[in-house]
Amino acid sequence: MVCQVCGKSPASVHFTEIVNGKMSELHVCEACAHEKGVQPAQGKGKFWISDLIAGMIDESASGDQERIGHIQCAGCGLLYSTFRETGRLGCPACYESFGTQLRPVLRRIHGAIRHVGKTPARDEGRVERRRALTQLQDALDRAIEHEEFEQAAELRDKIMSLEPGAAPGSPS
Amino acid sequence: MSQALEELARRPSRWLDATGNHSETVLSTRVRLARNVVGSAFTHRAREEQLHHVMHSVVSASHKTSGLAHGLLLRMGDLEALDRQFLVERHLVSHDLVEGPSTRGILIGPDETLSVMINEEDHLRLQAIHSGFQLSECWRSANALDDELDSSLEYAFSEELGYLTACPTNVGTGLRASILVHLPALVLTKQINKVLQGVTQVGLAVRGFYGEGSEVMGNFFQVSNQTTLGQKEKETVEKLEGVTRQLIEYEERAREVLLRDARTQIEDKIYRALGTLKYCRSIHSQETLNLCSAVRFGVALGLESLPELPVLNEILVFSQPAHLQKLLGREMQAPERNVARAGYVRNKLN
Repeated sequence: MVCQVCGKSPASVHFTEIVNGKMSELHVCEACAHEKGVQPAQGKGKFWISDLIAGMIDESASGDQERIGHIQCAGCGLLYSTFRETGRLGCPACYESFGTQLRPVLRRIHGAIRHVGKTPARDEGRVERRRALTQLQDALDRAIEHEEFEQAAELRDKIMSLEPGAAPGSPS
Repeated sequence: MSQALEELARRPSRWLDATGNHSETVLSTRVRLARNVVGSAFTHRAREEQLHHVMHSVVSASHKTSGLAHGLLLRMGDLEALDRQFLVERHLVSHDLVEGPSTRGILIGPDETLSVMINEEDHLRLQAIHSGFQLSECWRSANALDDELDSSLEYAFSEELGYLTACPTNVGTGLRASILVHLPALVLTKQINKVLQGVTQVGLAVRGFYGEGSEVMGNFFQVSNQTTLGQKEKETVEKLEGVTRQLIEYEERAREVLLRDARTQIEDKIYRALGTLKYCRSIHSQETLNLCSAVRFGVALGLESLPELPVLNEILVFSQPAHLQKLLGREMQAPERNVARAGYVRNKLN
């Protein structure tokens, strides 16, 4: 079996992960495992197959693995390549700095990429308003699609009444 | 502080009292919430002064809450290795936390139901532990504490991704709900693998009790949610609740089958286990766990003349190495501990 990353050397490091009942396997050669920061022999290092897979997604999507590895968090200076090795982000701002790269990783881990749970009290009004706005906007799109213009006008009024106070969502 | 720790070491935790629902099958329920505060990098990338600041803000915010106002603060840097090990055995702190410097710590509420680990992987790990099967109650306690802390702390939160955590496996709700369940009948009838496979198929994780990795001891299993994004906290809790109910039902059915088909063998196994515990003169912690598991099984089956659940729960926790040494007030090597453990267990059961 050849390495699934470089496609050249024989795969000697094998990983199996079961998430949500779905089993994924990955077979890589020692050099690629090392390069990805995977040291199974150490035993202590926490690592998920999803990180490795995320690395592969970066590579195949852009063909510029190195460039992505050099992306740096604007908040704490963490390199994306370090995150890939350790599985730990450096600060809250990392989620924004690595947003594009993290999305497939989050989808793989959670099967979702949007929070629907609890909100800190100070953000509650804003988040509730935004969630309501998203729902109204969806309903408006549907109404227009079905040529229900009377309903669409009502929805538009509701949206306009909510919009002035709705600040754009940003991590705080 | 050390006196307060000594008192903690002698008093059984509230969650061992077996007053919760289905205590014969579910030992305990736990809910933890991962939170970080704005203005500092996550613990592993933060500067020393940032960690001090986090510690100070969390302690001062906690003192304004109803559950932790009179909490006991333990800084890891101030503790001896034995005390740190004791806290791990007590399920109050993680291995990660005890390895840390003095800027890491834990604040423990009066009856250990509520606690907050400070500067673990995340700045705050709030946890609520209840006896037996009490997921909703546990979530309510943790959530109420979270609301109170939220009024004095500014949490790192994004509208899109929820509570931001050091590890992307916790982002979103930051919620990990788990139950510690005792399933000897399913193990004995060899149905356990099939049942646990079913549990993982619905997106929940299963681990052994104290064992590392796949090693399972004493027929105890920990079942918890794996995902924290895209699902409301209540939904996560309800899902685990539903699966736990099913596990209890399967275990009860397996118990009936065993009593019907192999009553004598089962009774023999259970009373022999009790005999060993009552009269042994030297015993290893692993054997204690396994024998306690057998006797606990007898209680679940309704057999007579067996110790009560809180006593068995207490033995499970207090017969561990660090607990035993704290209880007897001296450090001991393994052979001496085994003798001391046998003495402690005999004393509890006779």
